[in-house]
Amino acid sequence: MTDIAIEIQGLRKTYGELVALAGLSLAVARGEVFALLGPDGAGKTTTMRLLAGILAPSGGSARVLGLDVFRQAEGLKRRIGYMPQRFALYGDLTVAENLRFFASIYGVPRAERLAREAELLEFSRLGPFRDRLAMYLSGGMKQKLALACTLMHSPEVLFLDEPTAGVDPVSRREFWRILYRLAGQGVTLFLSTPYMDEAERCARVAMLDRGGLALCGTPGELKAGLRGAILEVIAEPPREAKARLAALPGVRDVHIFGERLHVWLETPDAEATVAAALDGLTLIALRRIAPGLEDVFNALAAGEGEA
Amino acid sequence: MNLHRILRLMKKELIQIRRDRRILAFLFVVPVVQLFLFGYAVSTDVNHVAMAVLDEDRTAESRALIRRFTASGYFDQVAYLSGQREIDALLDAGRAALVLRVPRGFGHALARGRGAEIQTILDGADSRMARVIAGYTNGVLRVYGGEIVQTRAPRARLPAVDGRVRVWYNPELKSVYFMVPGVLCMVLFLITMLMTALAIVREREIGTLEQLVVTPLSAGELMLGKTLPFLLIGLIEIVLTLLTAILIFRVEVAGSIPLLFALSALFLMTSLGLGIFISTISKTQHEATLSSFLCFMPFILLSGFIFPVENMPAAIQGVTYLIPLRYFLEIVRGIFLRGVGMDVLWPQVIALAVFGIAILSLAAARFSKRLG
Repeated sequence: MTDIAIEIQGLRKTYGELVALAGLSLAVARGEVFALLGPDGAGKTTTMRLLAGILAPSGGSARVLGLDVFRQAEGLKRRIGYMPQRFALYGDLTVAENLRFFASIYGVPRAERLAREAELLEFSRLGPFRDRLAMYLSGGMKQKLALACTLMHSPEVLFLDEPTAGVDPVSRREFWRILYRLAGQGVTLFLSTPYMDEAERCARVAMLDRGGLALCGTPGELKAGLRGAILEVIAEPPREAKARLAALPGVRDVHIFGERLHVWLETPDAEATVAAALDGLTLIALRRIAPGLEDVFNALAAGEGEA
Repeated sequence: MNLHRILRLMKKELIQIRRDRRILAFLFVVPVVQLFLFGYAVSTDVNHVAMAVLDEDRTAESRALIRRFTASGYFDQVAYLSGQREIDALLDAGRAALVLRVPRGFGHALARGRGAEIQTILDGADSRMARVIAGYTNGVLRVYGGEIVQTRAPRARLPAVDGRVRVWYNPELKSVYFMVPGVLCMVLFLITMLMTALAIVREREIGTLEQLVVTPLSAGELMLGKTLPFLLIGLIEIVLTLLTAILIFRVEVAGSIPLLFALSALFLMTSLGLGIFISTISKTQHEATLSSFLCFMPFILLSGFIFPVENMPAAIQGVTYLIPLRYFLEIVRGIFLRGVGMDVLWPQVIALAVFGIAILSLAAARFSKRLG
């Protein structure tokens, strides 16, 4: 039992007629980096908020660190951290004051607070800005400060709801560097993300769909579970190519990634048909590729995810 | 309840207030401006009444009477009319608030020792002012009449009731004395209620409230941490208002200032409670401001701050008993002007305590429920 950090069983949340979460069951091991994926409205934020103890469930149970989230919330609050989608800092307080405030609310003793503050400022590289008002920080720095605020009390489990949404790629990379370091320290990370490349970095991934669990496993397992094959096609003009390919028998779905097309084939041996269909267009590249999580996600969205 | 957490929250709140120039201005300029507005501009004293004279008698007696009016200090003669037809036009144009008409035969009747009549016509559009002017007019006439009786019949023993009014507590009847305690109540009420509501709603608006819900901070600690700074600010506001009143308006406080502070703190239960309540029904700071003013207006109008409760219709007077500000106003005016203490004010103090506890606990219950 002790190696399980989060255990959810049949968790439900409804708002009148609207079902936000329709019986979700999951288990996350201690020290695991676990990501929730899914389209908007799939129930990711609802799950996060339920686990953080902000929402009351309509049914089901959830245990974090062996404690009942809904009945033993008070004991749990000190041991978990939650960073909502839009983490709000006090813009009119400085970086150091924000850290100090959250530390004091959690009752972190002074000596420990100072050490923690120095450590977090150092590894978030916010040190030079410690006396700057939070409202004057850049988006990426704000996000790092938000993370630092939720880490002041050294939580054992950290819930992060789309922590890098709207953050530039460089800051995202740095943010992940911090997350890995936390994971290395044994902190369980439970996060949701709209970015597939981030999901690939996680130990395990759960894909939500319409309030329920559609898929769960390591990124490798999920990708291996995808039926059929993925062809990468680069052709000019891409829109015309997409239209032609989508109409082909044996093609289940076509998605555009920048200038490339990902063609999801029912059977791997349809490559010739694809090349023929593009006759008359400028074909720059056509090759079989290993499916990415993005492809699994798209397949799921197309209603064919169950492998 | 963890005192340390409450203190940290208070400290954070005070740092934020200190950094917000608009709030600082609001806190420290508003009381002074309100005192000036209600002390000077919105003076309810009646002076320099524009008076027109129609002297149809033109005798020494009529001129003596008119001089009485102009010499009283209350009336300024702005026109000398030559006929009754001019009266209408003058009053319509609002150029005079009072027309004094001395009919022909006034001097003759007085000389004969008979009763004489004069006519005063008042512009009653502003009924309160007209009543005051009528009072002044009667005063001038009574003194004049008395002197005539004395000079004409020095030894006559007339069976007359000689009513003399002596004004206590505010002998000069200056409205500023009456207004300063009112302004103190109003400023304290508005600032503490509005600021509390805004401080909570702002955290909800920017999302930090949700952040605090995840922490071990309890609803009670959060509420205390958010309201106690404004209790402190409320007491500073009183100091500020008192200093302005005493140093600039030369108002003397007749009663005990410590008692004034203690009972103000009692009233703050009501205003802070209302602030918390408003925060629970408002999603944005904009909504909170509107709700505060929606609550503020009836409180001010029905408290007796501007319109005396005694002048209100009976049904409305009944409603004023439900307005906690009414009791606080009576307390502050009592301490300020009459110098009374708990021996006189206890009924108001009990009423205020009951309202304060009721409002604060209702608000607290709603606040905890909304948070959970």
